[in-house]
Amino acid sequence: MSHISIIDDEVDIVVGALQPDLSSFMEEWKPIFSRFHLIIVKDPDLKEDLKIPDGFNMDLYTKSDIDRVMGSSSTAISFSGYSCRYFGYLMSRKKYVICFDDDCVPARDSNGCIIDAVSQHIANLATPATPFFFNTLYDPYREGTDFVRGYPFSLRNGVDCGLSCGLWLNLADYDAPTQVLKPDLRNVRYVDAVLTVPSRTMMPVSGINIGVNTELVGPAMLPAFQLVKEGKIRWETVEDIWSGMCVKVVCDHLRLGVKSGLPYVWRKERGDAIESLRKEWDGVKLMEDVVPFFQSVRLSKEAVTAEDCVAEIAASVKEKLGPVNPVFARAADTMVEWTKIWKRVRRPSKVQRQ
Amino acid sequence: MTATAPPPPLKDDLDIVIPTIRNLDFLEMWRPFFQPYHLIIVQDGDPSKTIKVPDGFDYELYNRNDINKILGPKASCISFKDSACRCFGYMVSKKKYIYTIDDDCFVAKDPSGKDINALEQHIKNLLSPSTPHFFNTLYDPFREGTDFVRGYPFSLREGVPTAVSHGLWLNIPDYDAPTQLVKPLERNTRYVDVVLTIPKGTLFPMCGMNLGFDRDLIGPAMYFGLMGDGQPIGRYDDMWAGWCTKVICDHLGLGVKTGLPYIWHSKASNPFVNLKKEYKGIFWQEEIIPFFQSATLSKDSTTVQKCYLELAKQVREKLGEVDPYFVKLADAMETWIEAWDELNPAKAK
Repeated sequence: MSHISIIDDEVDIVVGALQPDLSSFMEEWKPIFSRFHLIIVKDPDLKEDLKIPDGFNMDLYTKSDIDRVMGSSSTAISFSGYSCRYFGYLMSRKKYVICFDDDCVPARDSNGCIIDAVSQHIANLATPATPFFFNTLYDPYREGTDFVRGYPFSLRNGVDCGLSCGLWLNLADYDAPTQVLKPDLRNVRYVDAVLTVPSRTMMPVSGINIGVNTELVGPAMLPAFQLVKEGKIRWETVEDIWSGMCVKVVCDHLRLGVKSGLPYVWRKERGDAIESLRKEWDGVKLMEDVVPFFQSVRLSKEAVTAEDCVAEIAASVKEKLGPVNPVFARAADTMVEWTKIWKRVRRPSKVQRQ
Repeated sequence: MTATAPPPPLKDDLDIVIPTIRNLDFLEMWRPFFQPYHLIIVQDGDPSKTIKVPDGFDYELYNRNDINKILGPKASCISFKDSACRCFGYMVSKKKYIYTIDDDCFVAKDPSGKDINALEQHIKNLLSPSTPHFFNTLYDPFREGTDFVRGYPFSLREGVPTAVSHGLWLNIPDYDAPTQLVKPLERNTRYVDVVLTIPKGTLFPMCGMNLGFDRDLIGPAMYFGLMGDGQPIGRYDDMWAGWCTKVICDHLGLGVKTGLPYIWHSKASNPFVNLKKEYKGIFWQEEIIPFFQSATLSKDSTTVQKCYLELAKQVREKLGEVDPYFVKLADAMETWIEAWDELNPAKAK
């Protein structure tokens, strides 16, 4: 298939720093990160100074920057914990934003070679997606493969890809109950595939290893859904799941694609699943309301940009989920607030409905 | 060695259906995996030719004369000079599960060099649930070494029964004629270690080369259409069955899996011959796909047969306008169901 030339200038790598010492994280990623501009956002709750090695082209944002930019809206949106990365999206001026959790390092493929997760995300985002019909040989644009017999020709151009969801070796992104039941479960299976998640099919998007085309779906990557007792371990949050479903609804409506699969990152051991389960499993329970809502939400013909879509989703959340639990009503308000801030700080998304 | 090995899974509950017009030499390679199972050979083409089945296999063989004798006038729904005739084997089987494979498909090796027991993997796929309502990013959560990911609602973790297991092919990939012409040398060398459920509401191109299914759950939908001799189209038999099957599975809450196992597909058919067969299909599928994507079945269609007959009516009404072939096909779909119910009375509801 066509050669993808990655223009480094079009890429920002955003990292939310939830731990103060980023030295080993940055050193491990250096061969891959060094070509790109980095945006590091310090969790506003983190008291200690960040330790970041030299040799990177980067901008660092801390609580004071967040307060300054947010101005009077600073209390409306929380950038605490994992949500600090969204400030990075806000500050970015690039088309592609790639984001990794700070407890992930580069993984190796089945040949033992280091995986350049950034390049893979770019390749996913820069090649078409195929959400309207499933190709049994997965991504038809990858080298060595194609559309199979029976795939309609009119659908072979594909559509633009808005989101690239990567995976994790070692500590996969399981919830706390699963990890408690299977404490030794580690993901060792390298699945050499990228595929488009079909239109109207919902999925749990993990924020651990992700790439976004911000021109297409930027405003839908939002820090809206925060649990009451949200913590600093992935088992204690579902903000990314919420954001991901918003993005999927937006993509389905605007006829854009979401890909899942490669690249893998290696996720290091962190946290105690039992502790997390004891503290907080509201997120798990709330999914029972969240998922049916997103599966059934439909947007109007008039919603032609990502901002329009987010506004309609927010209104629907307020109406349908608001009465169920106050956390949803808050999420709806935050989404509205976020769209205003996004418009103010960044240029609006230019994509019209295809 | 230690204790005796367990019996092959589903030994008495599964038939292997093989259409052939040439010979069955390929069975020698499959012997370690297939010999415990009963085979149904559907001999296409000249019925006076004798097709030798390698020694040691337990089988029944049907040629065109047998098909005509058993079905009488209803034999008109079974294709001639096309591997679509294989669906006759599904109809006469008395087993719960079917595995069908083409006679140019051999045992493949996994990345560690080990021979892949494709049948065993299909059985694993069919005996574990599917998850069509919500996509699991770690694919089949019932496979060893994996599970549902964070955010996957617990109420959906039981899954639904699996009706179809769609396997893939290393070496010669299942491309259509235009793609074969453009890329004659492309070989599928990528082993993707995954099984996944095709989500509800999403169609796919189902290939009949390496396919397992639960006859009780979906059998009557596996009609491979009117292809080959006397028909304007070929190489769309499995596609047609796949679209019907998926619509019905989605309606009845059944799952369709795709991915492992791989077989080794050895023979690249002639792309010019294929182009002639597929030609009409390439245009027609632009109408057929939207038809299936928007097909809805009524709440009263609670069995596969009822669903299928409802689809046949819609095919006649909507696709009949595209070409008279579809009117003939709709008739054949109805004939198929009549024949199925006649040969499978206990299962007809």
